[in-house]
Amino acid sequence: MARQALGKAAMLVFQRDLTLAWRRWDEVTQPLIFYVVVTTLFPLATTPDLSQLRVISGGVIWVAALLSSLLALESLFRTDVEDGTMEQWVLSGQPLGWLLLSKVASHWMLTGLPLVVISPIVGTALGLPYEAWGTLIVSLLLGTATLSLLGGIGAALTVGVRRGSVLLSLLVLPLAMPLLIFGARAVTMRMDGDSPAGPLQLLAAIFFLALSLGPLAMSAAIRISVES
Amino acid sequence: MWTWFHKLASPPHAYRILGRLAPWFGWPALVLILTAAYWGLVRAPTDYQQGDAFRILYVHAPAAWMSMFIYVSMAIAAGVGLIWRIKLAHAAAAASAPIGASFTFLALATGSIWGKPMWGTWWVWDARLTSELILFFLYLGYMALRASFDDPQRADRASAVLAIVGVINVPIIHYSVEWWSTLHQPASVTKFDKPSIALPMLIPLFIMIAGYQFYYGWALCRRLRGEILSRERKATWLDKDS
Amino acid sequence: MQPNGAVLEARAVNAWRGDRHILRDVSFVLRAGEFMKITGPNGVGKTTLIRLVVGLLPGESGSVLWNGAPVGKVRDDFNTALGYLGHPNSLKADLSGRENLKFLAGLRQSLNATDIDDALDRVGILSRGDIPARSLSAGQKRRLALARLLLAEADLWVMDEPATNLDAAGVNLVEDLIREHVAKGGLVLAAAHQRLLDDASILRRLELN
Repeated sequence: MARQALGKAAMLVFQRDLTLAWRRWDEVTQPLIFYVVVTTLFPLATTPDLSQLRVISGGVIWVAALLSSLLALESLFRTDVEDGTMEQWVLSGQPLGWLLLSKVASHWMLTGLPLVVISPIVGTALGLPYEAWGTLIVSLLLGTATLSLLGGIGAALTVGVRRGSVLLSLLVLPLAMPLLIFGARAVTMRMDGDSPAGPLQLLAAIFFLALSLGPLAMSAAIRISVES
Repeated sequence: MWTWFHKLASPPHAYRILGRLAPWFGWPALVLILTAAYWGLVRAPTDYQQGDAFRILYVHAPAAWMSMFIYVSMAIAAGVGLIWRIKLAHAAAAASAPIGASFTFLALATGSIWGKPMWGTWWVWDARLTSELILFFLYLGYMALRASFDDPQRADRASAVLAIVGVINVPIIHYSVEWWSTLHQPASVTKFDKPSIALPMLIPLFIMIAGYQFYYGWALCRRLRGEILSRERKATWLDKDS
Repeated sequence: MQPNGAVLEARAVNAWRGDRHILRDVSFVLRAGEFMKITGPNGVGKTTLIRLVVGLLPGESGSVLWNGAPVGKVRDDFNTALGYLGHPNSLKADLSGRENLKFLAGLRQSLNATDIDDALDRVGILSRGDIPARSLSAGQKRRLALARLLLAEADLWVMDEPATNLDAAGVNLVEDLIREHVAKGGLVLAAAHQRLLDDASILRRLELN
């Protein structure tokens, strides 16, 4: 037996989470349903008039995506910490940051990506024009991925905390506000006929920052959380 | 050299030194703040554009400055505590948070008071006020995270990670809020821009900042002593000291 | 597995749990080919010491040394040489025994199906390898955790109550595994409040009180 390579180990983590999700797929669909339900709230609360909804559609979709992602992220690390798997990862001899990044990636694929895929449909229901679909998808791809990283840090910090989901939102939402500003605005700009390149580039920059520093912060937070 | 530093960081030592330092911060703070208040609120000339309402700037702007300064200091202290395992640094971060949050609240409240006579509403989504509001949420989140742990060491370390992540985010938040607020009013001036400032108007501002800094020093000494007491309550050195 | 020179040492280790000074100046030396059993009443700090040695708990004062170097400085080497069996079994309830081993032990070592089967067989649950871990009995879950330890290819075994939930045959299994590991030059540190190789010549005791 030889020592396992890092790449293979990361793949195993990814595969494991997909396998586990497959066996509990009802948990995977819940955030998606929440997303659709939340977006439905807005027309009910304001107006059925599509031409008016259109104006806020970018913002509504983004807020709904933000809240649904946070809901899904709350339990990101909980079972692994509770059943003792996480402490084995800490002691595995593999760089913890990479293992956690792989886990966040599989989590995003299962929760963030589906949100992005159905967002054009949801958008259309809010009056979003077809031309803005591209911008919507790109902005949400970057945004949900960044949110998974930021939320991963928050989830790692709040893993043992009672009623951690509220605390998680309180911690992550202020940090996610720039994402919301740039992402929602990119969609609205595209709808108004302007180029969304500016905010999209800023979103991409934030994503890369989160990608490089996120795993580091997550490892530090996880090590603190497995202590008890 | 490190032994000196470690000695300084030892709780009984720190407790004594902070006790002696506090009045050296406290009295200057009182003098400076009163001077700045009198100068700015009473004696400075009435502004041509904004009338008397702008006087609140002398409280508002330094408070906003302090809210940022303390957040950064808090993050640095937390970072030092995390990397070099110095408990006093963690205690300093914990002690600073409520002070910083109070300054943020003060900035928000005075910003609101300033806005009412000027723009007719108690709140505007101005870039600076919105940034202050988000900063306020960051402070609250930090304090909430601390409070959610029973074990003080885990509270220290977890909140240190949060503070560092937060401080990296702060410039991003500032920039994004700036960008967001200028989209709707490309040509007009930011609502809370300082009026065309002549030197006689600037001086009370700086005096107030200095006063607030000394106040922070004083409040930090007092709170830090309280933190040390609560962290060390089982220790024996407390019985010997008064 | 090489190390005839491997040494685990603790020097004046102290730990606090909240306000309680749980470990006071604990010291020991454990060399290759030795088995050290940590004993003491419940709550005395056996688990705290174990988790501290392993690196899950940060130390307050004192040091833990691996082959002469502070563990903090040689963290990667230490983790590579370490096989840890804690209180929890570290199993995913929805995965089968084989899958559990593949996805956890497989992070450390490149495993093929034979390796996994051999380990399952050694601990006596080969026939239950494909059912979900949640359907295993408590004793079988512990055996699965032991299989994971076997696959870790580690010089140093650190175990916290390894015989939990095991019947007499299971306890014998643990004793056999320890004896074999020590005979190959490995080091074993175990916290246990029940009988474990108590009469053996290789046993060294560390009593906490």
